[in-house]
Amino acid sequence: MSYPGTYKYTKEHEWLDVDGDNGRIGITDHAQHELGDIVFVDLPKPGIKLTKGHTFGSVESVKAVSDVYSPVSGEVVEANDLLSKSPEKLNEDPHGEGWLIKMKLSVPQEVQGLMTAADYEKYIGAE
Amino acid sequence: MVDFGGWNMPVQYSSILEEHNAVRKAAGLFDVSHMGEIEIRGPEAGKLVDYVSTNNAAKLQPGQAHYSALLYEHGGFVDDILVHKISNDEFFLCVNAGNQDKDFDHIRRYNQFDAEVDFASDRYAQLAIQGPKAHATLQKLTDTNLGSIKYYWFADGKVAGTPARIAHTGYTGEDGFEIYIAPSEAARIWNEVLEAGREFGIKPCGLGARNTLRLEAKMALYGHELTASVNPFEADLAWIVKMDKGDFVGRSALEKALAGEVTRKLTGYEMTERGIGRDGYEVWVDKKPAGWVTSGGPSPTLNKNIGLCYLPGAYARPGINLQILIRDTPVGAVTVPTPFYKRAKQ
Repeated sequence: MSYPGTYKYTKEHEWLDVDGDNGRIGITDHAQHELGDIVFVDLPKPGIKLTKGHTFGSVESVKAVSDVYSPVSGEVVEANDLLSKSPEKLNEDPHGEGWLIKMKLSVPQEVQGLMTAADYEKYIGAE
Repeated sequence: MVDFGGWNMPVQYSSILEEHNAVRKAAGLFDVSHMGEIEIRGPEAGKLVDYVSTNNAAKLQPGQAHYSALLYEHGGFVDDILVHKISNDEFFLCVNAGNQDKDFDHIRRYNQFDAEVDFASDRYAQLAIQGPKAHATLQKLTDTNLGSIKYYWFADGKVAGTPARIAHTGYTGEDGFEIYIAPSEAARIWNEVLEAGREFGIKPCGLGARNTLRLEAKMALYGHELTASVNPFEADLAWIVKMDKGDFVGRSALEKALAGEVTRKLTGYEMTERGIGRDGYEVWVDKKPAGWVTSGGPSPTLNKNIGLCYLPGAYARPGINLQILIRDTPVGAVTVPTPFYKRAKQ
């Protein structure tokens, strides 16, 4: 699976799709593959404040729990309801239908510190 | 791949869910060569086995196996094991990978009998073929009539031309066989079994599926349900302890345990609220800490989140409301009868 060139990426394997100060966060194809069958996703409610680098939820596969970290600071606008009923969507379409939350960025310049798709692919290749 | 008792082993080959379901509905093949083997030989081999293990080895017939335990003097587990009786003067033990050195030392320490204890792990690879189509798969590769090997019996024969100990045992709650073969033949036999099982939909299975399968069947895992600080009664394994068979290592501690109150017991639960209890999580009853989860996770067969936990004796029965502390949040669960899954009798 390819990594969308318009997204930004973290070393903790989240992606961020930014449009102005609106963002959408998910976990990468690499992350879902490493986790295996995802069976449970725990996400924050709208209005919750997020801090860059802090955990905001968790993704559980059959074998393990994994925290997810916010790539940037801001406030949760929407959590992906689809994942509460169909967590497997995260395996099937991690960069699309399997998005986790939508947020309002409070410090948009934080985006500049994130990896490009090319950097991320190099990063996971070396990991 | 993960390190497991010093072995580099795959957690999954394809997907834990797919592998799990293959074993429940068709067949799965596991490489369990990490398991240890200890052979005990000599005129008093049976006496030694009976002295170091809890089950009654004297009652085994040649060709029969049983589940048993090695205990410390204080009654805690050294290991849980399978004992196979080859003949009156030869026994074959299958033990956990991570415990094999300590098991070997333990058995030798108590060997005051005319018996020889032989560390045999290097001479055996082990494959487990499990599932409703395990029999049909393995039968294609052997002249031994598998139908004549009763559950928890075994036979020495050949699989795909190589000598094999074929045991009607398993760790999945499903029907199946575990075969012991020469390590040099293991890779070839692995491929032969996959080829033979292809028509039935056999899948290679990793440690992940092995764990979800054994948890549904409430089969204990050393280091989780069983440790040096729990005894077989607490672990709900009274059925492998034969107190009336004569003296054995740990017996006097167990006698004391029987005379006292049940302080804790292994109990099954299922989550009633959103969340998954995992190994090591705290368990609360009536807003107070009461125990801990030994193994917990999703049950692919039941489509529920299940687990095993230690609870005080008073709570060790179905219908008790629990809270599992999941990342500092109490999440509802209820105790349930076990095993969680039992295969339909054929």
